[in-house]
Amino acid sequence: MNARVVVLALVSLSLPAQVSFDRILNATNEPQNWLTYSGTTMSQRHSPLTQITPQNVKNLEMQWVYQARSLEKFEATPLVVDGVMYTVQAPNDVMALDAVTGRLFWTYSYTPAPEARPCCGRVNRGLAILGDTLYMGTIDAHLLAIDAKNGKPLWNVQVARPEAGYALTHAPLVVKDKVIVGTAGGEFGIRGYIAAYDAKTGKEAWRFYTVPGPGEPGHETWQNDAWKTGGGSVWVTGSYDPNLNLTYWGIGNPGPDWNGDPRPGDNLYTDSVVALDADTGKLKWYYQFSPHDEFDYDSVQVPVLADMDWQGRPRKVMMWANRNGLMYVLDRTTGQFLMGKPFVKVNWMDGFDEKGRPKRVPGKTPSAEGTQIFPGNQGGTNWYSPSYSARTGLFYIPSWVEYDSTYFKIPAEYKEGERYTAGAPRSLIGGSNAPAAPLTRLEQEGYGAVRAMDPKTGTMKWEFKMADVTDAGILTTDSDLLFTGGRDGYFFALDARNGELLWKVSIGGRAQNGPMTYSVNGKQYIAFAAGNSLFSYALK
Amino acid sequence: MRAVLGFFWLVTIMAAQHSYTPADVENGARLYRGNCVNCHGPDGDFIPGVDFSHGKFIRAVSDDDVAHVIINGVPGAGMPAHNFSQAQAELVVAYLRSLATTASHYSGPAGDKARGQALVAGKGQCLSCHRINGDGSRVGPDLSDVGSYRRAGEVEESLVDPDASIAPENRYFRIVMKNGTTFTGKLLNQDTFTMQFINSKEQLVSLQKSDIRESAFVSKSPMPSYKDKLNTQERADVVSYLISLKGGE
Repeated sequence: MNARVVVLALVSLSLPAQVSFDRILNATNEPQNWLTYSGTTMSQRHSPLTQITPQNVKNLEMQWVYQARSLEKFEATPLVVDGVMYTVQAPNDVMALDAVTGRLFWTYSYTPAPEARPCCGRVNRGLAILGDTLYMGTIDAHLLAIDAKNGKPLWNVQVARPEAGYALTHAPLVVKDKVIVGTAGGEFGIRGYIAAYDAKTGKEAWRFYTVPGPGEPGHETWQNDAWKTGGGSVWVTGSYDPNLNLTYWGIGNPGPDWNGDPRPGDNLYTDSVVALDADTGKLKWYYQFSPHDEFDYDSVQVPVLADMDWQGRPRKVMMWANRNGLMYVLDRTTGQFLMGKPFVKVNWMDGFDEKGRPKRVPGKTPSAEGTQIFPGNQGGTNWYSPSYSARTGLFYIPSWVEYDSTYFKIPAEYKEGERYTAGAPRSLIGGSNAPAAPLTRLEQEGYGAVRAMDPKTGTMKWEFKMADVTDAGILTTDSDLLFTGGRDGYFFALDARNGELLWKVSIGGRAQNGPMTYSVNGKQYIAFAAGNSLFSYALK
Repeated sequence: MRAVLGFFWLVTIMAAQHSYTPADVENGARLYRGNCVNCHGPDGDFIPGVDFSHGKFIRAVSDDDVAHVIINGVPGAGMPAHNFSQAQAELVVAYLRSLATTASHYSGPAGDKARGQALVAGKGQCLSCHRINGDGSRVGPDLSDVGSYRRAGEVEESLVDPDASIAPENRYFRIVMKNGTTFTGKLLNQDTFTMQFINSKEQLVSLQKSDIRESAFVSKSPMPSYKDKLNTQERADVVSYLISLKGGE
């Protein structure tokens, strides 16, 4: 080693580690870190870390707890960069923590405008990082850049108007030199969009409206002025394929939610996945899961990207566990529908046409007297991250089984800033912000489960049942472990191959974020939130 | 002193109840449909523990309380804050109060509350399972505030046909443990790995599901039908007494 190399090595050790986009793209090369919401831009929420195994997972013990100074749901997935954890305490406090001890380096508290009133909780699902800058969307629809070293705000742009019901709740996605976010607010008659901002300056680079305006392709699926209040919210982070340079985003429900009468037509691109050119925001393709939705079946799930053999040849696919109760496999190059099958009981459709359009069942529509629909309003799954393990070849879905709602249709008029839902779903099981109550339901009245699906056949390989439903995402690892939790206050590890319970801990609050894993100084940690706290576990 | 304080408390509450016009109710209904209906439902009974059509709230008592909750929400309990003015919140209250004055579906004869109370404690043997204001068993549902969430017609139906509608929180289970022990009890709570009961001896019991051989919901209510045990007038008396029970004693 010559002197110059030694000097360079010393310099690189002393310099702060910058999170280049190249590092994010190759995140599997540094599994000790968690650099983007779903682990990688392919969004499999699967880690190569193997220190914790099916044999030793029983030796996990708590390393630290961070108890939030907030009673809101803790839904953020943390990032970890070289021993520092970055996450969000709801609604919009950014925190840098020592990933080993849970002690704070700094916090930055953003106070949202009082007009910010997200439908379903003052929540935030996490951050993005690029270089030494963190990015957070706020519930009053601002996008903030924050210095990762000291928590100082660098820029702050208003993305949309909170007084009209817009909010940002998901973790932004960094692609190259841009930060991409979408607007929530599907219960307020918004017109949603996805927008990319220059990571350095906050200047808007492109915008894609999820409800096309006059003259734009897809506008013909709307009539009258319904497009102006058509919904199409975005509230879960998308994915990115660097080879295709496409970024994929799931789009939320049309407005009003439960009464389709004011909005005849398919209502594109609500309840769809859109594939956008990451440089320009131009639409490359779309697939609509639930045309003319009347059941609040937001398609905001994480697009899970994988390359696999499909019917004898390699194919770039996208797996999608949809709130509407069906799991899909699409060709992510073209958007071609390859497969769609129910993973829970479904009664609103009974098959597909040759192009993959679902066939609606006559009469299964909200009504004045109420109509029973499977799955119910919270869906067969929802925003909680699924996981895919290439080792097992299984797609793991946090599922609500035997779950229904009775949908009532009510007339409604649009008024800016007020809810525009035009109906009400009734169910024995409440949404994630329902008050905690004793659990006295019977299994046939609905339960939660991890369902392990074979994406090549759409068949279930195994199921792990929970007494209550689940709002928790799923993490898998290269040691064939699966980590998740449930609403009844347990966090646990399963054998990803067969669903056998290997370890559990009662953590006394609803698990309701996506678990993640990281490593510091050779020690692997599992981090997850439950109730109002963030936990980190490692081997004894 | 307590009586004096109680008097002032009562006056304060009464002063806090407002009177509303039909237009207030109509405007409140519009706000309700736009902002409240998808969580609370058309009849206001979708959230456990809350039933606007029966005037049942978790915390709020006076109209001002209700308006305060509407504007500020209940942090951590799922009720969001709303960007309403005080006047708008009061319109919603007007509508909620109008829901609660909906006519009862009871078609039986008028009852006598005092006779009903005597029947509940005596001939009906109701307190062998139920509890009212501190008397009786804890195994059945406590009826101390049954009048705040059940209408006369619903109470009459439960007396005649107890199996017609059993609330999930009143479910009885028969449990057989792996060691052969058997018992019945009301399910209070459960999770993926454990179950919590109150058994017929009023003991609180928590069990590991892995220790249970079988457990089954007893779909037939342990309560007998009073269709033949009490005559029509006696049942009317019991109904009259029970719907007078609003809690708070």
